[in-house]
Amino acid sequence: MSTTAPASGTRMDSGEDIGAIATIRLGMKYSPELREGLRFTLFLAVVASCGQIVVPIAVQQTLDRGLNGPDGPRLDFVAWMGVLAAIAIVVTSIASYAMTSRLFTVSERGLATLRTKAFRHVHDLPLLTQNTERRGALVSRVTSDVDQVSQFLVFGGLIFVVSIGQMLVATVLMLVYSWQLAAVVWLCFLPLFLSIRWFQKKLSAAYTVVRHQVGVLLGAISEPVVGAAVVRSYGVEDRTQARIDTAIQDWQDAYTHAQTYTVTSFSLGGLSAGLANAGVIVIGVLLGFAGDMTPGRVLAFAFLVTLFVGPVQMGTQILTDAQNAIASWRRVLGILETPADLIDPGPDGETLPRGPIDVRFSDVTFSYPDGPPVLRDVDLAIAAGTRVAIVGETGSGKSTFAKLLTRLMDPVDGAVLLDGVDVRRIEAASLRRSVVLVPQEGFLFDDTITANVRYGKLDATEDDIRASAVQLGIDDWLSGLPRGLQTEVGQRGESLSAGERQLVALLRAHLADPDLLVLDEATSAVDPALEMQIGRALERLMQSRTSVTIAHRLSTAENADEVIVVDKGRVVQRGPHAELVTQAGSVYSGLHRSWIAQHSHH
Amino acid sequence: MAEDADLRGTTTLDGFRVLWVGIKREPRVFTVATLGAVLFGVLTVADAWVLGWSTQNVLIPAFENGEIGTDLLVWVVALFMAVAILRAVGIVARRLGGGIMYYRMQSHTRRGVTRQYLSLPMEWHQRHPTGQLLSNAYSDVEAAWSPVMPLPMALGTVVMMVIAVIQMFVADVVMAIVGLLVFPAVVVANLLYQRYASPLMTRAQGLRAEVSEIAHESFDGAMVVKTLGREVEETDRFRAKAHELRDVNIRAGRIRAVFDPALASLPSLGVLVVLAVGVSRVASGATSAGDVVTVAYLLTIVSFPIRAIGWLLGEFPRSVVGYRRAKAVLDAEGNMPYGDDLLPRGEVGGALLQVEDLHYAYDTDAPLLRGVDFEVQPGRTVALVGATASGKSTLTSLLTRLVDPDSGRVRIDGHDVKGLRKGELPRDVALVPQTAFMFDDTVRDNVTLGADVSDAEVWSALRTAQADGFVAALPHGLDTQLGERGTSLSGGQRQRLSLARALVRRPRLLILDDATSAVDPEVEARILASLRDDRSDNVGDGGGASGSAASLVVVAYRKATISLADEVVHLDEGRIVGRGTHAELLVSSPAYAHLVNAYEVDADAEEAAR
Repeated sequence: MSTTAPASGTRMDSGEDIGAIATIRLGMKYSPELREGLRFTLFLAVVASCGQIVVPIAVQQTLDRGLNGPDGPRLDFVAWMGVLAAIAIVVTSIASYAMTSRLFTVSERGLATLRTKAFRHVHDLPLLTQNTERRGALVSRVTSDVDQVSQFLVFGGLIFVVSIGQMLVATVLMLVYSWQLAAVVWLCFLPLFLSIRWFQKKLSAAYTVVRHQVGVLLGAISEPVVGAAVVRSYGVEDRTQARIDTAIQDWQDAYTHAQTYTVTSFSLGGLSAGLANAGVIVIGVLLGFAGDMTPGRVLAFAFLVTLFVGPVQMGTQILTDAQNAIASWRRVLGILETPADLIDPGPDGETLPRGPIDVRFSDVTFSYPDGPPVLRDVDLAIAAGTRVAIVGETGSGKSTFAKLLTRLMDPVDGAVLLDGVDVRRIEAASLRRSVVLVPQEGFLFDDTITANVRYGKLDATEDDIRASAVQLGIDDWLSGLPRGLQTEVGQRGESLSAGERQLVALLRAHLADPDLLVLDEATSAVDPALEMQIGRALERLMQSRTSVTIAHRLSTAENADEVIVVDKGRVVQRGPHAELVTQAGSVYSGLHRSWIAQHSHH
Repeated sequence: MAEDADLRGTTTLDGFRVLWVGIKREPRVFTVATLGAVLFGVLTVADAWVLGWSTQNVLIPAFENGEIGTDLLVWVVALFMAVAILRAVGIVARRLGGGIMYYRMQSHTRRGVTRQYLSLPMEWHQRHPTGQLLSNAYSDVEAAWSPVMPLPMALGTVVMMVIAVIQMFVADVVMAIVGLLVFPAVVVANLLYQRYASPLMTRAQGLRAEVSEIAHESFDGAMVVKTLGREVEETDRFRAKAHELRDVNIRAGRIRAVFDPALASLPSLGVLVVLAVGVSRVASGATSAGDVVTVAYLLTIVSFPIRAIGWLLGEFPRSVVGYRRAKAVLDAEGNMPYGDDLLPRGEVGGALLQVEDLHYAYDTDAPLLRGVDFEVQPGRTVALVGATASGKSTLTSLLTRLVDPDSGRVRIDGHDVKGLRKGELPRDVALVPQTAFMFDDTVRDNVTLGADVSDAEVWSALRTAQADGFVAALPHGLDTQLGERGTSLSGGQRQRLSLARALVRRPRLLILDDATSAVDPEVEARILASLRDDRSDNVGDGGGASGSAASLVVVAYRKATISLADEVVHLDEGRIVGRGTHAELLVSSPAYAHLVNAYEVDADAEEAAR
């Protein structure tokens, strides 16, 4: 039965190892919308960019044929040409509208898909993996990073493609006019092209520093706000300000440094253009002596150079912006590339029958990645319908039981079986319906009590909820709230007291009606009046199901059918409280003594 | 509608006012950036001139004569390179200058805002939500100064426009007037764009914040989502908002798709009109062919950068809102006045705490404290006991002068705390709050907070707080970085570090505001025992007098904590309803007995019922 699984603690993939091209390819895979109608959009882009050459052609035609033609100024020609040019402008404008509009639609759709997939994947990752990333950083990977990509796709990506196209067209035209001059122009731009990669590396490194400093700055700013009471009561205002000032300065330096590279690469383009212009005139004159050139062709060439310079400048600019966008895209894709170690067997998995569940730990060993074992060779069975308390010192490994039972983690060795089935083979939906964990801190969402309780049972009516409250004996508390079930709990439930949050969590668990209830008992001290209600609600919640409680209270252990004592990752004692307490010198009797000491000060 | 237009008018004006503040603050960087932009503008026009000059003086003569002086070729290269280099200098000055000014202005404002956070009284903090204060100092500041980046470019464009317009008029007045009609058209198109697009952009900004809030909350509650198997519902919730944002962005994109080509083609159409008018004027002999080309060329050069002004104005609404929010913090009034009194130096024993008739109301309808009177003799321990919202935590913040009372006074060793010099109170009084705050720093620095304390003393404090075990097990011990707000530690571990932070300063008055609530009861028992041991040691050293141990005020729910106290002060609705030892109060006050025994009484009752 025992299988070896990797410890469920894969680190969140930073995405840093994905190459630029691979990023785009992977991005397209996760957002298939980006491919939709891409060819037609590109075609429209080509049509739209033709709008740029309408005016130069019109000017040239006016000069050559409307003004300086053999018959002198010809108004009718100019009028007709003007109408034609205006039509061309309107047509290319419509193409431009269609292109931009399609581009926005496709990118926004594709990125909304990517965002949602990444969000979902975060929830599919084990808690341990989630915790390898700062919460704020994780959030920005599904928010601002996606925005960054969308900005780039909409404004940068296509312009980049079009710029390359224009560069190629200009090069071909230049080659037609004079291959020698074309070579001169390319030679002048060669240093710029060669330095682009170097600039990209520098920019990428510089923006990594920038992102880090933004994080540091945000942290520093939060100190005088979140830690206001501590800063004040310890009189450390100056020290805190110094820390903030350092963070602000480092942030500023990092940005200035990055900006320096951007600016340098941009101005390099201008220098190359000047060099190319001079080169064309000088070499053109020299070629003229050799009889290969006319002044008209040199001048025409000088205009071609400007057609070449524009897209090059644009392209360099976009390449530097692309660094940031690609880095953001990588971070989003990195989430999706992080393997979810706890794989849901899906519909192929087994389904747990309803009714109290029996639990078995078969030689279970667990350790965190690179850590010593937290649980070693734990082998035990819990009969269906019994009430078990797991006790032990802080750090003994007792909380690990709760996480293994609810499959927040998988054992490194051995197996956890529910009704005889390895939890890894149970369909996640079935497992979540049958097994419910009530964590120490009852996390609440910023919504009403009703909405929070419905996390336990989606279709619960207000009457169901009230009935549950009556069964748990907390209906008095509920009706005592100013707005009853419609009370808004505030961010993280902070409008309620810690004890009240626990009551909501218990109500939620009761509605979920699990067959195995796993409770990580709260340690925080609450108002004794509430404590009493919590105790009563817990008692009733545990009735007629299997329950495993990570206990911190003497009364919980006393009321359990069986107490399991954990010490240094092993089960050292088990049996009813009355039996264990008589075993002098045991771990349990030590724990019991300290509990008694807690309560003996009457 | 009129009101709307009014609002936009004032926004533009206010936007310029914000920029003016920035210009006054960083005049030098601003000047450099603007000169750079002007240089860039002038040289863009000069480029065309150099090409013309080269054609006229080098190219044509060279082909006509079949020879050319080397010096002329050198001149061509020198001119082109000089223009290119100067233009590059202009770009560097403009963009780097703009960037530096943008970053510096943000830094200035952030320093100002965070200084306000540190000096404004706690009451001010309590009235402002944390999230708002954080965004005031970060994203609002960023938004406020966002127009600084495009500012030099826009100013350079104005200069360029002026030069071009003058050149156009010099060339031909009629064509210039026809060409100039393009400018108002572009400006009107820009204004129309802003009008349609900015509500959508504002909406998108709000939706981005909402998407971010959902993600934050959902990831915070990942444990609940996972254990109740609500991934699908959470994803639906997120998707709904993400799609709303997507739809707004697409709508904004479509508007942009209309205006982008419109703005680009207006100058082109203008050129066509100029050509038509120009040719007819050439035909009538009013102007020359060269002037037609000049006006057409200038028009194309200048009309595109007009959009730079549009970008600047486009940033204004966001900027003005951001600036107003940051300014509200900068202008917030109120600071805590300090006196000149000093506490006695060199005292080692506990401080005498006297609380006299304290009244305090956060809002006047619901006073939190209504006449609280008690004292703590040096070295004695007083427990504050009461139901939720009875005023205990408020009282502790008055004792440490986080807030000042509406009336009454708090005295330490006979000195009114209001008369003490800044920094005096923290020397001798330490508060350990219920929610332990950790700095993004090492364990050591979190305990010492920069005070000059030896590692031995740090370890000793950690030992008393029962934190030495887990700190020693951390990968780098005292040098371990705790990370953002100490999230790598459990609540109980943070509380113990927070306690050590107070103990290491050897305070003469220690105030624990339910400071061990998240600690396991067994561990708490050990902390209490070692606190008591420390105290009795001190008493021993001091020769039995109670004067050498720190005075202690504890807010507590757990009986073990309460029973540590020499005296219990029972608070109810902001008043003291009972005083005495725990044992006395249990006997004399049924309300007190009910409060502290609630849980046990209930458990006993159930026991009896079985």
